[in-house]
Amino acid sequence: MPIIEYDNVCKKFDNSTGLAVDHVSAQIEPGEFITILGSSGCGKTTLLKLTNRLYDPDGGRIILEGEDIAQKDPVQLRRGLGYVIQQVGLFPHMTIKENITIIPALMKWDKDRMAARADELLTLVGLEPSEFRDRYPHQLSGGQQQRIGLARALVLDPDIMLLDEPFGAIDAITRLHLQNELQRIHAGLGKTFLFVTHDINEAFKLGNRVMVMNQGKLLQFDTPAEIVLHPADEFVRSLIESARQQEEFWEGVQ
Amino acid sequence: MIADMAEYISTHGDQLINQILTHIGISLFALVVAGAIIPCGYLASRSDRAETIISAPFEMLRVVPSLAFLILLIPVMGTGVLPAVTALTILAVPPVLLNTIVGFRTIPDFMIESAAGIGMTDREILWKVKVPAALPMILAGLRTALVEVVASTTIAAKIGAGGLGEIIFTGLGLNRTDLLVLGGLLVAALSLLSGLIFDIISRKLLRYKYC
Repeated sequence: MPIIEYDNVCKKFDNSTGLAVDHVSAQIEPGEFITILGSSGCGKTTLLKLTNRLYDPDGGRIILEGEDIAQKDPVQLRRGLGYVIQQVGLFPHMTIKENITIIPALMKWDKDRMAARADELLTLVGLEPSEFRDRYPHQLSGGQQQRIGLARALVLDPDIMLLDEPFGAIDAITRLHLQNELQRIHAGLGKTFLFVTHDINEAFKLGNRVMVMNQGKLLQFDTPAEIVLHPADEFVRSLIESARQQEEFWEGVQ
Repeated sequence: MIADMAEYISTHGDQLINQILTHIGISLFALVVAGAIIPCGYLASRSDRAETIISAPFEMLRVVPSLAFLILLIPVMGTGVLPAVTALTILAVPPVLLNTIVGFRTIPDFMIESAAGIGMTDREILWKVKVPAALPMILAGLRTALVEVVASTTIAAKIGAGGLGEIIFTGLGLNRTDLLVLGGLLVAALSLLSGLIFDIISRKLLRYKYC
């Protein structure tokens, strides 16, 4: 049974004429690392926000673990999903430990359990707990902040992680490290990851399957190799062509 | 003149302390009442319409000088502490209100979105994210109001509410420069000191900013 199923999902915003998400249907199996690739305004972020009901669809259904999310309470739904955004959105007045365990604190976990969970997650995302747990967000670099964002999203051990261009504002070298660590974390936890990006290299590197979107439509949903060998249409072909041209530059330099 | 001032302090010590305490009391009273506008500031921050409705009356009243306001209040409220506090509250409200509105308006959308995205309810977002995020601006507004009010409480003596203004108005009446200077210095010192104490409290509340 698919863990996520998009069934003819549509979303229209009041201030635009076309559909932001245009009849998208797709099925995602448990444990997959799915990347959603497209340029800005293609509907990839909207699709992600429909998945945790930050938006509600104007048509179609989204089924998570066999349940139609329209029937679920949005707050309970979101607590069962990890959510990470590009700007991270850590709370400046809370320490790192408090940021990671804000939802457990609201759920009245006891202190020892929260402290242990925070330390466990800090270790998982590659930060030394004793050094980082009592710091404040502004004392951390962008890459470190995003690691905390990841830890915060993992705190309730969700089956599904939604990641919206998490490394979009991070320098190339740190980004590479974070991509590798994210792969390691994904492999170790067996969760389903949905990862939005506009970077074709990132999408093809991380995703075992890639959803290519343009103008709200899902153009192709397949493995990276299959997309390269058999692009579904002109847009996908030009996307691959642009990546190839970049590669030619590097080879030309050598 | 310094000798005159020293002599006045030594002979009127008790009265002076009384005036200082009254001055502080009236100022704090006005500030606390003005602080009650903070929830209105939150409401006003949520829409342009609400902002216009809530802040327009205070913007209009702001044009009237506090002294004129005090005199205008006499037929309605008589003399004493009550009209003084009323006039000072109206003076204190605009900075608190405007800073509260700006404080809530400038919270980045992504912070609210990430709070909602990880599963916080609207109420939890308000108290755990929005209020702490707006707090530095609100405190800055309260500070501005406090310093203004402490300085302006001087005029409360004009309608018999007491405070350090009494020394100044006595100095004016008797044409005694020493009393004018003494009163002026005390008001200035009190105003600066209140700002300083407020800063210390703010730093404690916003500890996270200073490490």
